[in-house]
Amino acid sequence: MQLTHSINPVKIEQDRLYQDMGLSDEEFEKIKTILGRLPNFTETGIFSVMWSEHCSYKTSKPLLRKFPTEGPNVLQGPGEGAGVIDIGDGQAVVFKVESHNHPSAVEPYQGAATGVGGIIRDVFSMGARPIALMNSLRFGPLTTNRTKYLFSEVVAGIAGYGNCVGVPTVGGEVQFDDSYEDNPLVNAMCVGLINHDDVQKGIAAGIGNTILYAGPPTGRDGIHGATFASDDLAEDSNKDRPAVQVGDPFMEKLIIEACLEVIHSDALVGMQDMGAAGLTSSASEMASKAGTGLEMNLDLVPQREQNMTAYEMMLSESQERMLLCVKTGREQEIIDIFEKYGLQAVPVGKVIEEKVFRIKHHDEVVADIPVDSLADDAPVYHMPSKEAEYYQAFQQMEAHRPNVDNHGETLKQLLQQPTIASKEWVYDQYDSMVQTNTVVTPGSDAAVVRIKGTDKALAITTDCNSRYIYLDPEEGGKIAVAEAARNIVCSGAKPLGLTDGLNFGNPTNPEIFWQMEKSVEGMSAACEALQTPVISGNVSLYNQSKGKSIYPTPVVGMVGLHESTAHITPSFFQEAGDIIYLIGETRNEFGGSELQFIQEGKYEGKAPYLDLKIETERQKKLLSLIRKGKIQSAHDLAEGGLGVALAESLFADEVVGAKVELSGNATVELFSETQSRFLVTVKPENQGAFEEVFADAAKLGEVTADNKLRVKTNNETILQEEAAELKALWKGAIPCLLKSKA
Amino acid sequence: MKVAVIVFPGSNCDRDMYHAAGEVAGAEASLVWYTDTHLLNDVDGILIPGGFSYGDYLRSGSMASTSDIMNKIREHAEKGRPVLGICNGFQILTESGLLPGALMRNKNLSFMCHQEELIVEDNENVFTKLYDKNEVVRFPIAHGEGNYFCDDETLNELKANNQIVFTYKNNPNGSVADIAGIRNRAGNVLGMMPHPERAVEALLGSEDGLRIFQSMIANWRSSNAVNA
Amino acid sequence: MKKVQVYITLKQGVLDPQGKAIQTSLHALDYPEVDDVRVGKYIELQVEEGPDLETRVTQMCEQLLANPVIEDYRIELEEAR
Repeated sequence: MQLTHSINPVKIEQDRLYQDMGLSDEEFEKIKTILGRLPNFTETGIFSVMWSEHCSYKTSKPLLRKFPTEGPNVLQGPGEGAGVIDIGDGQAVVFKVESHNHPSAVEPYQGAATGVGGIIRDVFSMGARPIALMNSLRFGPLTTNRTKYLFSEVVAGIAGYGNCVGVPTVGGEVQFDDSYEDNPLVNAMCVGLINHDDVQKGIAAGIGNTILYAGPPTGRDGIHGATFASDDLAEDSNKDRPAVQVGDPFMEKLIIEACLEVIHSDALVGMQDMGAAGLTSSASEMASKAGTGLEMNLDLVPQREQNMTAYEMMLSESQERMLLCVKTGREQEIIDIFEKYGLQAVPVGKVIEEKVFRIKHHDEVVADIPVDSLADDAPVYHMPSKEAEYYQAFQQMEAHRPNVDNHGETLKQLLQQPTIASKEWVYDQYDSMVQTNTVVTPGSDAAVVRIKGTDKALAITTDCNSRYIYLDPEEGGKIAVAEAARNIVCSGAKPLGLTDGLNFGNPTNPEIFWQMEKSVEGMSAACEALQTPVISGNVSLYNQSKGKSIYPTPVVGMVGLHESTAHITPSFFQEAGDIIYLIGETRNEFGGSELQFIQEGKYEGKAPYLDLKIETERQKKLLSLIRKGKIQSAHDLAEGGLGVALAESLFADEVVGAKVELSGNATVELFSETQSRFLVTVKPENQGAFEEVFADAAKLGEVTADNKLRVKTNNETILQEEAAELKALWKGAIPCLLKSKA
Repeated sequence: MKVAVIVFPGSNCDRDMYHAAGEVAGAEASLVWYTDTHLLNDVDGILIPGGFSYGDYLRSGSMASTSDIMNKIREHAEKGRPVLGICNGFQILTESGLLPGALMRNKNLSFMCHQEELIVEDNENVFTKLYDKNEVVRFPIAHGEGNYFCDDETLNELKANNQIVFTYKNNPNGSVADIAGIRNRAGNVLGMMPHPERAVEALLGSEDGLRIFQSMIANWRSSNAVNA
Repeated sequence: MKKVQVYITLKQGVLDPQGKAIQTSLHALDYPEVDDVRVGKYIELQVEEGPDLETRVTQMCEQLLANPVIEDYRIELEEAR
């Protein structure tokens, strides 16, 4: 029974059924013009997914154009599965971040797991071996059972998928704020390594070439929302359709190995994974990019369920599937490789000259669409933007200086804030070491992964302090990029480029669009200054619930290069006797700070100020000193300021302490979140070389052998704590919150 | 010494094992896909790597343990040649009956990955001759089902025959008698949950695992010298 | 065609941490009467009829479906629809 034809095109128009699929009246009119007729049911579905924000970036495109995307080392910018940057010796690094927020809110384990699976496919579909994963997660406060459940299940889902597929999860970040209570964020980043010669593109080129479908059969996974509860379809047991995609990491592992074998065959023309909008987006994009057309017969598509309609097959988001374009006559070579891994690969269509996307099902043409119209004619909206009302109020506020009576107690409170506290409970569940390349495991500023067969290594980090971005999107956007670069530099690497995971609220709200616009402008300025082009990314909008929007959260995933493993620098203090320096002056900046939240229960005022020129200069100088071997440890100052950074520097396995003396106001010096600051240690014999480069760095004191943290101001001890005790509080905070009853 | 690293569908520490045994320890290593049983005819040692063979569906290691290549591995073991199973490899060895007991879910039900301190309980086998008895070593662990279980009778046998090779200093997963690794009576088959192949380079935090491979190679050299 | 139902449970005496966790959660949800929880597996097979069906299914359990070291199993047969 052909259900797709049971709803006729006239009814779709009359009853405005297209609106249920997310198309506006104007968009439907545009489709009619393109086709010169009314679209049928399947075609309407195809347009609706291809013109969705997820595939077309219709509201974010004007903003994305502001990002610098080019650089001398960029081999592939945004547009393909993932971006590619040259790292010398014929090798390149491939990376991208992607969000899986909404699926994770519905079913956190599978939502997170399939997010990991999807981003891995983006990377290996480029021909790269995935070598590292990162996650950037946001949840509400760990006080409700619901949030604890979401948090635990998301972490379990990432672990379940990543561990099985054999790609180490080397780090990431987790933050907790009220704004994510009903709308958690799950952004996964994958990094791959590739030889220049192996870079693949998702193209369907060469008229007559064959389109192969590889991987498990298609089911009705992930067809939701758009699949109406219309009466006409009721007989087709709609209620049984799983809206949640289920991941199979075992299958993915086999697909990875098969695809990485396939890329060495010259029978392969192009390859793309079936991500969002499955067959529809992969097939039409491959043709569109190649300037060809594509004809596909759905009867040939392997199916897991019975009586699937064309609409369902075209929109299914069944996982772990790939689409390949293969030279005609040589299909068997490729099929054999998949068979070795027990996988099915079958011809489902061919490349045609006429630039159309033609789908057949049961001997009928069920879709016939000019292929470029799906990608190129997607509408672009320039949304109205309006400065948020709160922003002006925040800008008028006087800088507030918190009152702190007991600095030791305040430090302990800060260390137990979930956003600052140790994330060991999270990352212990991830296999961070498989592939035996992980030099710096989770828990440092940046993770470091060596490249076998060379003396090089990659530094990887994800960052985004969304509180600053909420207070001041432009300044906060700059900070997000600068902080990521700071983390990379502290580890001893040169920042290469970044991928952005833009998570925002509803863009039709002009104040939200203003947040998007300003944060992208701030990020772009920082990218220019730090010479870190944006090579890939993802946009997730409408992150809101009950009318409350998330904080603007444009996650930055950055990769840097260690030219020698000798440059790899720890973030912890190393040896008693080393001299402790603070690079960068400290101002009274508590807007958006952890301390402000502890004391006032909210974030307000001005975000910390960032001077990109100073930032860039300090990063360059620090990196040059690291490369000369003059730095023992380097740690960037972030949430909780110097106090937290000092404590964290003592939390390695080696037992050391620190004795420091501060001048000025102790509360400001210890807890302000002024930007562009670094806490470094230097061996006594390198003091001269260090001070020559950083003449204005403050010499705070020295590393001691006794595992105590001592802070003095004006010859008075204001803080004296056992590092082991601080560490225990910092490590225990999250497990303790998870155990406590809501 | 020729060693084969068996690759099952879903193995994911195969290349790590190859790197450790071959490129670092210096054995002549090859990766052998699980259907290529004939490639095991002239190898001196067999290494079964970690990972999630067959997705660890049903039970960890259960499906791999029933594959054809296990017969070949059993023959090889019966000839007294070395067989080392790490993590999922250990699970496969217990599932196939080459080693006693079973590996169950960690006591806290979570996957765990970090460095653990182990005590070398036995150095009278092919793989630990280069360690001191009671030496403390640091190996990473990375498993969700590493909780070793056996009944009392089996445990007494293991103890009586010095088959317990490694124990955890701080038992992370609930294993009976803190067991991290055991061997067969003859001492040529070793199964262990911790990952020596992840501890063969100082750059990655520990070199303590290297001697497992070096012991195996040294043992082969000496026994071959005798035979020659 | 027969429907074969295989119930796999952990042997008595083998610790079942998953069962313990579920029991703790049930207690937290105010079901103090729950005295013990054991988690098992249920496997359903559609098998063509034959003279030694039961023997063969038992072999399947011994060889693959259950691990005799830690698990017990129980087989039920019924007509397939």
